[in-house]
Amino acid sequence: MSAIVNSAGKVVDFVDQRITASNWLKRNIRKVFPDHWSFLLGEIALFSFIMILLSGVFLTLWFKPTMAHVVYEGAYLPMRGVGMSEAYSSTLEISFEVRGGLLMRQVHHWGALIFVAAMSAHMLRVFFTGAFRKPREINWLIGVVLLVLAVAAGFTGYSLPDDLLSGTGLRIIEGGMLAIPIVGTYMSSFLFGGEYPGDDIIARLYPVHILLVPGLIIALVTAHLMILWYQKHTHWGGPGKTNNNVAGAPFFPIYVAKAGGFQFIVMGVIVLLAATIQINPVWLWGPYDPSVVSAGTQPDWYVGFLDGALRVMPAWEFYIFDHPVSMSVLIPAILLPGIILTPLALYPWLEQKATGDTREHHLLDRPRNVPVRTGIGVAFIVFYVLLWIAGGNDFFATILEIPVNWITWFIRIGIFVLPPLAFIMTKRICMGLQRRDRDKVMHGRETGIVMVSPDGEFSELHAPLSQAQAYQLTWHERQLPSDPGPATDANGIPNPNYRAKRAQARLSRFYFGDVVQKPTVQELEAAHHDGHGGSDSARDELPSGQQ
Amino acid sequence: MPRSLSGRPRVSRIGRLLSTRRRHPLAAIAVLVAVLFTAGGAYAALAPSTSQNVQAASSTQIEEGRQLFAIGCSSCHGLNGEGQINANGDVLGPSLIGVGAASVDFQVGTGRMPLAAPSAQAVRKPVSYSQDQIDALSAFVASLAPGPAEPDEEYLDASQGDVARGGELFRTNCSQCHNTTGQGGALTMGQFAPNLTGVEPRHIYEAMLTGPQAMPVFNDATVTPEDKRDIIAFLDSVQNEPDPGGLAIGRAGPVAEGLWAWLVGIGLLIGMATWIVTRSSKA
Repeated sequence: MSAIVNSAGKVVDFVDQRITASNWLKRNIRKVFPDHWSFLLGEIALFSFIMILLSGVFLTLWFKPTMAHVVYEGAYLPMRGVGMSEAYSSTLEISFEVRGGLLMRQVHHWGALIFVAAMSAHMLRVFFTGAFRKPREINWLIGVVLLVLAVAAGFTGYSLPDDLLSGTGLRIIEGGMLAIPIVGTYMSSFLFGGEYPGDDIIARLYPVHILLVPGLIIALVTAHLMILWYQKHTHWGGPGKTNNNVAGAPFFPIYVAKAGGFQFIVMGVIVLLAATIQINPVWLWGPYDPSVVSAGTQPDWYVGFLDGALRVMPAWEFYIFDHPVSMSVLIPAILLPGIILTPLALYPWLEQKATGDTREHHLLDRPRNVPVRTGIGVAFIVFYVLLWIAGGNDFFATILEIPVNWITWFIRIGIFVLPPLAFIMTKRICMGLQRRDRDKVMHGRETGIVMVSPDGEFSELHAPLSQAQAYQLTWHERQLPSDPGPATDANGIPNPNYRAKRAQARLSRFYFGDVVQKPTVQELEAAHHDGHGGSDSARDELPSGQQ
Repeated sequence: MPRSLSGRPRVSRIGRLLSTRRRHPLAAIAVLVAVLFTAGGAYAALAPSTSQNVQAASSTQIEEGRQLFAIGCSSCHGLNGEGQINANGDVLGPSLIGVGAASVDFQVGTGRMPLAAPSAQAVRKPVSYSQDQIDALSAFVASLAPGPAEPDEEYLDASQGDVARGGELFRTNCSQCHNTTGQGGALTMGQFAPNLTGVEPRHIYEAMLTGPQAMPVFNDATVTPEDKRDIIAFLDSVQNEPDPGGLAIGRAGPVAEGLWAWLVGIGLLIGMATWIVTRSSKA
């Protein structure tokens, strides 16, 4: 045994003396990663993407990306003799005749749903904890592009089998294109090679789906991870965990084992779903026929919000020089994605404008400590979920046994009313939580022991927090709204930057004006001097709790 | 004028009767009745109708049906099936004159009638009448005026239908509302296309023939009885087909799949992530 180790050591030593990689290796192999469940959401996305690549390669071996017309004579009896495209018939072949084909199709599809869902959850985590702040804005942008690419990959894949659902989805894409003034009809003609549906689209989507988009995703994921590696991971504050360090387990051997294990868990869960739950049974939908639109036609979940917007948009169309402009399609299908994605991509800079802060941040924010950001995030989730519900309006009408028109009107009104309401409620909840934290720090936690004083007064005994517990609640920075300063200086000379400063101050006040600040040292000492923990202190609880 | 051997004019007794009574006060009415019967009879014989079995019902069955109708249906549809409209102009019950036996057999046989309460649409529920009673009601309504009759058994036999062709017909004509696998779907203002799983072939046939509720009529000229049988065969096939991919999750497509991906998939994985970070990482 030791002989093997010795000779292995000799080989390593030989290589090291010539390449001198051991320093580089040592530095990177001991790279520290912090532990928190929310840091693994991105890994779920990464590992499900690997699963999609593997199953996708399997599917390419049998899938025929052509719209050539064939009469089905395969193993699925209820379709025998039906005319269809080769794309669809080869999908049936994969499902019924290729060994393991159906499982692989289902792995591919469940993997895709999980992939985009995990990316979205990861993005929400990054947003709510402020992990996008300097220096990680570039990675945030890459993430936004990756999300768009993932949706593109999903949608092109959804379209390939040429079944009734996928064809209907493409029809909606065509409708969206046609709604673009002036160039829409040309774009549609170019994409479909003439009149919809033509017989080119499957062959054109195929390289986009298996080469172009996955290639871009792989490139950007690589960049995403390299930047992450270089910038190091963010972490939660706490004793010994500061803005200048990363506390956690080393990459090798701990993190490799954990991430490797987690990879198998992710793959296992996807295969478990694929093996037990049927997804997209294309043989039931039938081959695509442009004249048929089935009830219950929906896109996969990540396109659902766009479909929902289309469904609830009121009819609105006008003519300019005899050319129709279909706002009822243009707004939800073309403008809405831009309206959502632009602020999403630019958010780090927007917030930087509010904070006026150009320092680096490696500590995460607890969502409650930035109530306005958390409120914006929840408002967006509510907005998105409403559009989701709209996308499944017929489904929910059937399940809930209510008229589909009610859902449409609920969404039409709710989309303007509920997100602001969610913003206000979330902000208030955050401030309530902050106030509770502040109370805890100043007066300790409630013990549940109620004392009666000799005067007959009832009060609850509070136990002080430990040093570490108190630190957990107070390690975040104090963020005060900025002050624009006077419009004119002492000599009455107007400040030329005053307008810009005032605008910045307004934004800052919107963000931080209502934040419940952690207690200052003086406040803390004043609170502790009141004989903290004794029954007398109870009298002081009320004012601070009610302020 | 031809003469008989006896030389007397060959005028029959009826002819004499007609000629002598032609100025009778009731003569015009008699002629009118005769012409109407002739025209109506010719129409009934020549028109492409589905009313073959109007005459099949016995008068006792019709009488039994009339009594059942008076008790269970007339409060809305009127004593003679003429329908009722209240003072506000709301239709309490539509006229049943000419709806035919198929319509009654469908509405009563699926429990939709008698209606529990006015709503956007009648729903399937436990049947209130025995098959004999339903037949009597059908016979009574069919006796009011000719209408689509109940289908022949040979067109209800799924085993004789062509499943693949039925699938194509179903997707082309029915899936817009009922979904490609007959799961049903929502229509406007609380109306809906019902789920077709487990519906009797005769009721599927009768629904196509009579177009109940929001459904259009697919008469035998547009969808022939053979086509209807193919559709029945397809529905029979699709609902008895196993789901090779595992749990069907309602065969409802992407909405259900998305819910499962988030609630079960991501939920399970976040649970796993939480578990894995709580494992000791002391190195």
